[in-house]
This record gives sequence, C-alpha cells and structure tokens, in this order.
Amino acid sequence: MASLVGSRVERKEDKRFLTGKGRYTSDINLVNQTYAIFVRSPHARAQIKKLDISKASKASGVVSILTGNEIAEDKIGGLIAGWAIRSEDGTEMKCPANPPLAKDNVNFVGDPIAIVIADSLDEAKAAAEMVKVDYKVLKAVTSTGDAMKGDTIHDGIEKNLCFDWLLGDRQKVKEAFDKADKVISIDIINNRLVPNAMEPRACLADYNSGSDEITLYTTSQNPHLSRLIMSAFGNVAPEHKLRVVAPDVGGGFGSKINVYNEDIVCSWAAKKINRAIKWVAERSESFLTDIHGRDHVTHAELAVTKDGKFLGFKNETIANLGAYARVFGTVTPTYLFGPCATGVYDIPAAYSNVKAVFTNTAPVDAYRGAGRPEATYTIERLVEKAAMELGIDRTEIRKINFPKSFPFKQTLVHTVDSGDYVAGLDKAKQMADYDGFDARRKESESRGKLRGIGVTSYFEACGIAPSAAVMSLGCGVGLWESAEVRFNPTGQVTVYTGSHSHGQSHQTTFAQIAADELGVPMENIDIVHGDTDKGTFGMGTYGSRSLTVGGIAIVNACKKIVEKGKRVAAKMLEASPDEVDFKDGEFVVAKSNKKKTIGEVAFALYLPGSRDSDFKSPLPEGEEPGLKETSFFDPANFSFPAGSHIAEVEIDPDTGEVKLEKYTACDDFGRIVNPMIVEGQVHGGLAQGIGQALHENAEYDETGQLMTGSYMDYTMPRADNFPEFNIGYTCTHATTNPLGVKGCGEAGAIAAPPTVMNAVIDALGGQEITMPATAEKVWKACKSMKKSNAKAA
Amino acid sequence: MKTFNYHSAKDSKEASKLSSSNSAFLAGGMTTIPSMKLGLASYKDIIDIKSIKKLSGIKVSSKSVVIGATTKHVEVANSKEIKKTIPSLASLAEGIGDPQVRNRGTIGGSIANNDPSADYPSACIALEATIHTNERKIEASKFFKGMFETALKKGELIEAIEFKVPEKSSYQKHPNPASRYAVVGVYIAKHKSGVKVAVTGAKPCVYNDDDLSKALESDFSASSVAGMKLKSSDMNSDIHASAEYRANLVVIQAKKAVEAC
Repeated sequence: MASLVGSRVERKEDKRFLTGKGRYTSDINLVNQTYAIFVRSPHARAQIKKLDISKASKASGVVSILTGNEIAEDKIGGLIAGWAIRSEDGTEMKCPANPPLAKDNVNFVGDPIAIVIADSLDEAKAAAEMVKVDYKVLKAVTSTGDAMKGDTIHDGIEKNLCFDWLLGDRQKVKEAFDKADKVISIDIINNRLVPNAMEPRACLADYNSGSDEITLYTTSQNPHLSRLIMSAFGNVAPEHKLRVVAPDVGGGFGSKINVYNEDIVCSWAAKKINRAIKWVAERSESFLTDIHGRDHVTHAELAVTKDGKFLGFKNETIANLGAYARVFGTVTPTYLFGPCATGVYDIPAAYSNVKAVFTNTAPVDAYRGAGRPEATYTIERLVEKAAMELGIDRTEIRKINFPKSFPFKQTLVHTVDSGDYVAGLDKAKQMADYDGFDARRKESESRGKLRGIGVTSYFEACGIAPSAAVMSLGCGVGLWESAEVRFNPTGQVTVYTGSHSHGQSHQTTFAQIAADELGVPMENIDIVHGDTDKGTFGMGTYGSRSLTVGGIAIVNACKKIVEKGKRVAAKMLEASPDEVDFKDGEFVVAKSNKKKTIGEVAFALYLPGSRDSDFKSPLPEGEEPGLKETSFFDPANFSFPAGSHIAEVEIDPDTGEVKLEKYTACDDFGRIVNPMIVEGQVHGGLAQGIGQALHENAEYDETGQLMTGSYMDYTMPRADNFPEFNIGYTCTHATTNPLGVKGCGEAGAIAAPPTVMNAVIDALGGQEITMPATAEKVWKACKSMKKSNAKAA
Repeated sequence: MKTFNYHSAKDSKEASKLSSSNSAFLAGGMTTIPSMKLGLASYKDIIDIKSIKKLSGIKVSSKSVVIGATTKHVEVANSKEIKKTIPSLASLAEGIGDPQVRNRGTIGGSIANNDPSADYPSACIALEATIHTNERKIEASKFFKGMFETALKKGELIEAIEFKVPEKSSYQKHPNPASRYAVVGVYIAKHKSGVKVAVTGAKPCVYNDDDLSKALESDFSASSVAGMKLKSSDMNSDIHASAEYRANLVVIQAKKAVEAC
C-alpha cells in the first residue's frame, strides 16, 4: 500500500465547506435563545462616573442587562496573561486586572461595560442605545514609542511598563562591539495589524438547570484551554460542569486563542437568566476588540568585520501590549521574539531587551507568526543593510554567517536540530533567477520604473516545547498534545485530537497519518476535534503546533493500537508476538501465510469469543477487550522550519505604486504530509506577510480612536495584489519527532515582510521606509531620491 | 434597524408624490442601505423606483448616449453600443466597486448621491451631460453642488442622463487600496468645442480642472500636462493620501488618460 503521507490528497472538508454545509457558531440556534449586544466604551480612556440602565431595562424585549457590578458581586474572574515574564532586575511583570465587564475604568475603545440581553437582536440593539453612561474622559496613551512618557493608565504600573526583559549578555555584546570594524544600526517599526479572520468572533452559551451544566459554543482555536481558563480563573463553572465546543471556525490566525470577555459574560449570564444567549460580533466590533498583532518599535545594531562576519547583535524593543495583557500577550514579544532575533546566523554575542508597555488600544497578542515575524524583520533588514554598506552580495553575507553544522546552538536559546540553510538559499536563488536580476532591472529602468530585489533567510521556532522548559520560563500550562484513537467493532476509526482545525485541514492530514500507521483506508477514518466532551484534553492549535505536536500524539496512539493488536493477533494466529509483523493493515506471522487484518483483530477485541468455542477467548490472558488508545505527546524541543525567500518589486516613481513582480519561497518544512495543503498554508502566510509589508496598518489617532476600523480604510490584500507565487522546498527531516515534520503555517507571514521591504528599499537605493510601503510613502521617497540624485549629478 | 414604510412606485409621478422631507428614493441601494444599517440614516418612507420601467435602458445615437437612471453599472459596462460610441464610459462602469455592486448599483443613484470619490460624476462633467429629471433638464456643470450635494430639489427624481459623444475620451483612476474608490479619477474628453478634464476624488466635489483643460486645448498631448504643478491647498487630505499627493495624482492620471485617448 502506497504511503498517503507525502501525497496531494484532496481535502475531506472541502465538500462540506464549498457546499455551505459547514456548521459555524452562528449557524447554531437553540430553542428560546436570547440575543446579546455589548455596550462598549466609545472612549480610549475614561472613568465610568455613572451607568444608568433604567430606561434600557424597560425597553421592548429586554430580558436582562448586566454590568460590571454584577460580575464583581458574583466574583467572576477576569482575563489573564498566560505567561509570567520576569524583568531584567528580577521583579515580576505587572499586569492590571481585566474584568470581563469594566466597572470603574475603560481602557480602550470597545472595552465592554454591559451586556444587553433581549428576545431579538433588534431589540437588544435598540435597548443598548438607551444605556446611559457618564464618562470622565482622560487623556489617552496610544503611541508605542512614547507610552512610557504618558500618563499612568493602570494604578501602580509606573511608566505603563509591564516588564523590562533581557535575554543575553550585555557585557559580552559590548566586548564584541568593541572589536567590530563597523556597526550597522537600524530603527524600525513593526506595524500593527488586525487579524481579520473571515468568520467574526461569536458565542452561544446555554445553561441546563437540570444538570447544572453550561455549554459554550464559541469561535476558539483551543476549546479545552478556554474551558480551563474560564473555570480556573473566570470562576464560571467547574470544568466538569462546563462544556466548550468550537465547531467549524472560519480562521483564527491567533485572534481566537484568547478567552474573550464575551465568552465569560455570556456563559455566566446564561445561567443567571436560565436561557441561551447568542452573540455574534459585527465586523466593526472585530476590528475594535479582536486582539491585534505586532506593534513594535525597535532599535537594533549589528557588529561586523569588514569581510562580513557578524560579531555581535543588540536588540532594543518597545512592544505594545495594548490595554491589557492577554494569554500570549507577554510571551509573544519575549520568548517568541527575542531568541529568534539573531536569525539563522551564528553570532557569538547577542542580547534582546524588550520593554512591554500598556497603551489605550486593543490588546495585542499572538498573530500568525507571533514574535518571529518581528524578529525576522529586525535581523533581515539589518543584514540587508550590512550587505549594502559593506558592498558584499546580500546572499554571500548570509552564507558567511550561516551555521556550519547541525545541531546548531543558536546564540540566545535554541538548539536547532536540523537544517541546510545554504542549500535552501542556493535553491531559492536558482528558482528566482537571482543572477538575471540586473537585466530585469535595466529593462524596468528603460520604461522609467525602479526595480528592486530583496532576500530573507529565516528560521523560526514553532511547536513550542517541552512543557517543563516552557513552564520554567513562565508559561501557565504545559504545551503537549493529546490524541485518542478508537476502533469501532466493525473496523472504522475515530481519532480524537486536542488540536483544533480552523482552516488547517486536519480532517485530511491527520487521517493521512492515521491511515498510514493503521493501514486503514482514509475514508474509514474520522477526525474529531473541538469539543471538550469529546476527546481527552487538548492545548489547541497555534504556533504551527498541530502536526508537530498533535500529529505525533496521533502517531503514538496508533503505535499503541498496533502493539495491542499484535499481541491479540499473535494469540489468534497461534504465534508469539515477536513473530508477528504489522504492515499495510495486516498482522502477518513471519515466514508464513498466516495473517489477520487489523479489522479482524479489532472485531475480536470487541467481540472476544464465538459460538461453540468452548469458552475460549481469542484474547491473550489478562488482555482487556476493546481497542482504544490515548497518547500525550510532549516533544523534546521546538520545531525549526527555515528557508529563503526572494522578492522583486517594480515601482512607478510617478505614483509610488509598488508592484510585486515576483515572489519565490523555498522552505524546509521537513517531511511534508500533504504538499497541496502546505502550498495553501504558504500562500496564506505570504498573503498576510505581503499584506503587512505593502498594505495593512492598524492606526489609532492620538485620542485612541481606531482610524482604520473598516475595510473602507484598512487595506486587506486581495488576489490581484499578488503575483503567482513560486514555491519550492528543501527537506531535512526534524530529528525530534518520528515523522520528521516541522511546522509550516506561519513561515510565509514570518519571511515575507523583510523580503518585500528589502526589495522596496533596494529599489529606492537603500532609502529606509516604514511598513506598509504605501504608494504615497514610496512616492515621497522617490522624490527625495530624485533630489539627491540631482545633487550628486 | 429602524422600521420604515416601503413603497414601490409605478411611475415618476407617484414616486415624487410619495416623497417627503423624511423619505428616500431607493434604486440600487448601494449607499442608502448600508447607511441605514449603520444607523447613519433613517427614513420614514423608502420609495423604491426600480419597477418604473421608463427609468431603465440605454439609447445611443451618433451624438448622444442616454442612460436611464436605474440602469445598472453592469448594463453600461456590457453595452456593445456604448463600448462603440463612448468606450471610456463602459470601462468606467466596469471599474466601479465589485461585481455585486455593479449588478445592483445604478447610474442615477451614483449621481444623486454625489460621493466625492464616485466615478460617474466625472463622466457627467467630462461628457457635458444633461441630467433629465421629472421636472427639468440640468446641465452637469450646474448639477454637482458640493460634497454629497446636488441641484436636485426634494421630490425631484433623476430620469435619465444624456451624455454627449466626444471625439475621444478616457477615464483613469488611482484607486484607494482599501476601498478601491477613486483616490483621484480623471476623465478627459476631447469635444469639437474644447477639452474637458473632470476630476473626482481630489476635492470635496467633482470639478473640471481649467488649467489642464486649457493646456490640452492648445496641445492635446501627454507632454503638455506632464510636470504641471497644481494647487493642492483646496484638495482632500486623509490617511490614504495627502493633498500634495492628490495634486500629483491628478496630473499623472491626466497624463495617462491623454495617452489612452
């Protein structure tokens, strides 16, 4: 039987999604359900002086209006930061309380203060408009760079500073810089982004007074984790009385990791009113209240010798957390960012210093790539600048500093198990016709256009692990994953995974893996996820961990199934277990034609006996009937995908419009389970990364109003913004998991921003420009280029 | 959403009679409906004019193109006769919004709304259109009064737009990267009587740029406008484009339009 792992199997989920049979949270309706609208702060920073719900409470159809007072009375807990970060001076980070409904202060536009529950959505909306709130508006702090100079937002958190974190050795770095021939420095802004999942957030909370159970249907990337947080910190209900279901979820990109205010409030309120409550975000609510991504201000320096060897690296970053620290808010700009900021290079001395600040903006948290795009942007912009200033080819300077062997002990934290960065870069160059660029540049120039080329070599650390390591660094939970593989008596298989698919195609790839392991046809394997009542537990899907952690748990559970099957087959075939081999779904006694299929063995395990068999069991003595195995997989290390990307842009100096002419991605994702699905992941990641470089920007004005709060103003990239992507791979198998796989979901978003910006800046003759490189910015840069060229002439 | 009375008028007379200071005519609803949904507008009466047959259709002669007010953008974009007589008008229609908008949005609605970054008003100015209403005929140059403001009186209904067929013409726009509305759109039409350079997006209301017109009247070539510096002090400025950048775009799009003529 040919292996399914490695083949372009069509997606099992497509039929359902493409024929409108998906079942998303807002598709679910319960008898007698109510509808919720949240009253939200229109101000970025204010004190709530008075909240008057008297008129609204009497409005037509209103069932209940609940505020921060009731939340406090019922001791419902707030939203939390999932990682505790310690500052350089040894003090613990400082985080404000974040009640699900604000009672005294509001800290960003969209901060919820009351829930209005009514029999219909229109009635809830109408009543919400009647809720009167008197605010004392305070001066907002919105600028990342100046947050430490602003008014104190949260009592007791001076300079709005959550932590001042250091990774690395300042003294060693100083010594390295003292020896340098040249120091390359750069000031960059990593622009703030809105995740924009296609499906807006939604929840539907139901209470069963008979069993005292709450069921929450919600748009979550990690239902088990949500239940844990809502139970342990939110005090909503004990875990066994709280069921969280994340059915089909239309995209997450990190924005649906968090438990949100609405999840907690609707679950709590459903019990209070003893009716189901449905809430679906409008797109403008998503813009305002989904977590945002990125938002760093960085100064970085690279100490180099004149022949291009890197000696030392400094990274001084201010990271915006927004109004509150949320689940991955504090780890994203620290452990997910700092270590990766030295990139794919062997740099003897380095440090990353990150000051995380609070501002009166939406909370900032993990968004596709989470920390690694910011890290890669920092080092790859710096390396490109170094190549330019030293007059060394941009690909040569990278090769000079690549590690010479693997495992590669990276400067700050990671030991990278496998890779071949030279092969990846060489292949990318060949795919992109790097050597033919000069001719293409001349051709563009002959038409009055500017052409630039940009390169990025990246690695990233995903599938965060092992649990003991991440917990010692401050993580509140272990980052393993569980799987349960169940055979039915008649031979089909149900796989329960703690990973969650919100676009990742687990129904297909996980079935491919299980089919290979068990020798059962893929169509007889179902993948079940997204329900805390089904399956053991799960840490969910983010940080490219589903395959490298969740997938391996499935492999290991399947291996346990085969082991048990072997023992039973041996008994059935009157052989000893070590004489039995398992291949292509059959247990075969060596050097004989005696065999049993795995289906026959499963059948025997569920029906262990037969008529007139003299009470003899087909099972070995002491063997339990049934065929179901569970595995918890805790990897020994992160997974380290890597690659090189090359972009070419053409700029029209008259308008400043940047056209992305060519984009080449050559990635090493280890062994690839389904090339078609990986291509989809790469395309999506690139779209988001290129979006960050050229189009997207979440912009607040100084009063804290989001100026890019709709698609009229927030530029989502569209298909016609992209060229056809040129995608290729190199492959070094990961040594830390039995499949040899590495994560692929975030690579595009990590590598694309510096690749595209390096190309834009190359076209502009090295002139720095901030992301996104919008037409007007580029036009201005072209004008000043013309001026300086004229002067030089 | 607030409640309202829905009426489907059978002719212009009835539509006009039903209208009040608290009513709106509904054609494609591309602006009216989103405004109502967002709570930015509310009306007591919505008067649907889509079933008034007389208001829809295209009539083309050698001198003019007459388009009924409720004719959809897609019909203008696909009209073989318009493509032959004023190809730039068909391509303007093809560039409005997205397929959903083009399949519902109407020319009359676009003109009556007079959004500062809409495309059609520039066609009206450049092609020296006459706006036919149920009460009178209004020259385009007197029709567009200011941002979202026209010469239409209460209860006055656009019935058709009559465009003059030019010798040659072209519409070029620099779309807003987010909304794809025109940041700046320039419609150039060369008539026997002179050259019109209608600009949308740059100022609160569509206008004819007299400097560019004059330059092109004396020499209808791209080089006669290239490098011209326009005054930007009265141009729009927002997060997408400063006034200075818009002023540049007007010249660049004008140049492109001349080249495409």
